[in-house]
Amino acid sequence: MSTLAHVFEDTGIATIVLASMADVAKKVGPPRVLACEFPLGRPLGKPGDAAFQHQVLQQAFNLLEADEPTFEHFPEVVESDEMPMACPLPPRDDPNAPPAVDEARGLISAYRRAVERKGVTAVGRAIEPEQIPAALDTLHQWAQGAAWKEVKLPGKNTVAVCHDIRAYYLEAALELVGDLAPGSRSFDAWFYEVTEAGKTILEARRSLKEQEAPFPFWFYMVAGHLE
Amino acid sequence: MTQDRAATRGDDAMRALASTMDAPEFTSTSFNKLRKPLSECRVAIVTSASLHRPDQDRFAQGDAGFRAFNRDDRNLIMGHWSPNFDHSGFHLDLNVVYPIDRLEELAADGVIGEVAPRHFAFAGNQPDTVSEIRLDTGPQCAVQLNADAVDVVLLTPV
Repeated sequence: MSTLAHVFEDTGIATIVLASMADVAKKVGPPRVLACEFPLGRPLGKPGDAAFQHQVLQQAFNLLEADEPTFEHFPEVVESDEMPMACPLPPRDDPNAPPAVDEARGLISAYRRAVERKGVTAVGRAIEPEQIPAALDTLHQWAQGAAWKEVKLPGKNTVAVCHDIRAYYLEAALELVGDLAPGSRSFDAWFYEVTEAGKTILEARRSLKEQEAPFPFWFYMVAGHLE
Repeated sequence: MTQDRAATRGDDAMRALASTMDAPEFTSTSFNKLRKPLSECRVAIVTSASLHRPDQDRFAQGDAGFRAFNRDDRNLIMGHWSPNFDHSGFHLDLNVVYPIDRLEELAADGVIGEVAPRHFAFAGNQPDTVSEIRLDTGPQCAVQLNADAVDVVLLTPV
């Protein structure tokens, strides 16, 4: 973002960077920065809070009055919320299926309602929603020690498939909790700590690492700080 | 809050990591003072959230290109490849990433002159030097912003 600010200013446009990583913005040094200590992924701070978003924008646009490059901090910090969101999960239906497969099948109605309501979905980078249970079945087998070269993953690209599984769960979960909007890391905490799908992905990733699969193949399946 | 839960401290870890990474260096800083009041300026948003419309190509891994969308588009997908930040905020309210409704309100109130007809998205996860964006796709985007007579760009990171 800070790089683009330099590029755009070079062509005569005035720019303002809302920076979520103040250290990086300082290094790159674009002409106007409002550093905001908000949860990553939420550069305006608070979803659904128009008044707060306007406060951020007002301070950002005020930077245009300065006569020289300027770097300010937004005074309010928004902490990330890392408690798992409270979201019901479907009960076991098919005791013969791996838990994550059973769970994902049970979420399909909520997922479809979400897509119906929103009109768009982030699922589909590598697999379609209907393939989520099959992908989790492969991940379950990897987690149990199956060789990744022998048991094939629908969609092939592990990082893209894990994205699709996460997006499927996110869209279904937000549909199930309604107005109880989760905090910034509440979905991640719920997904990796509570759902069978999240736990299966973490276990599959550990297994791939142990099998000495290529680093980019397993590392980016989940956030880098997760083990 | 215990520190040993798997999913904690993600933002801290990312900020710590980012501060150790190489960043592109600029020997000078261009700085354009507004030549007219903000209330007469046309404003565009450029985000690194990999936003795109469903009918546009998805961002590929390492995609240094950008997507343009119209002022009225709201059915946008966040196509970011990084699993290292929150995606739920965008699902709840796209303005927390792409404050287009807030810009419309500021234009209606006369704070800014006008909302630009088009807005742009890049992908935030890029190589440290971002040379392709700096030398190629960034300048291409600037050409389009200038074609739309944009005075001010608000950059929002993801």
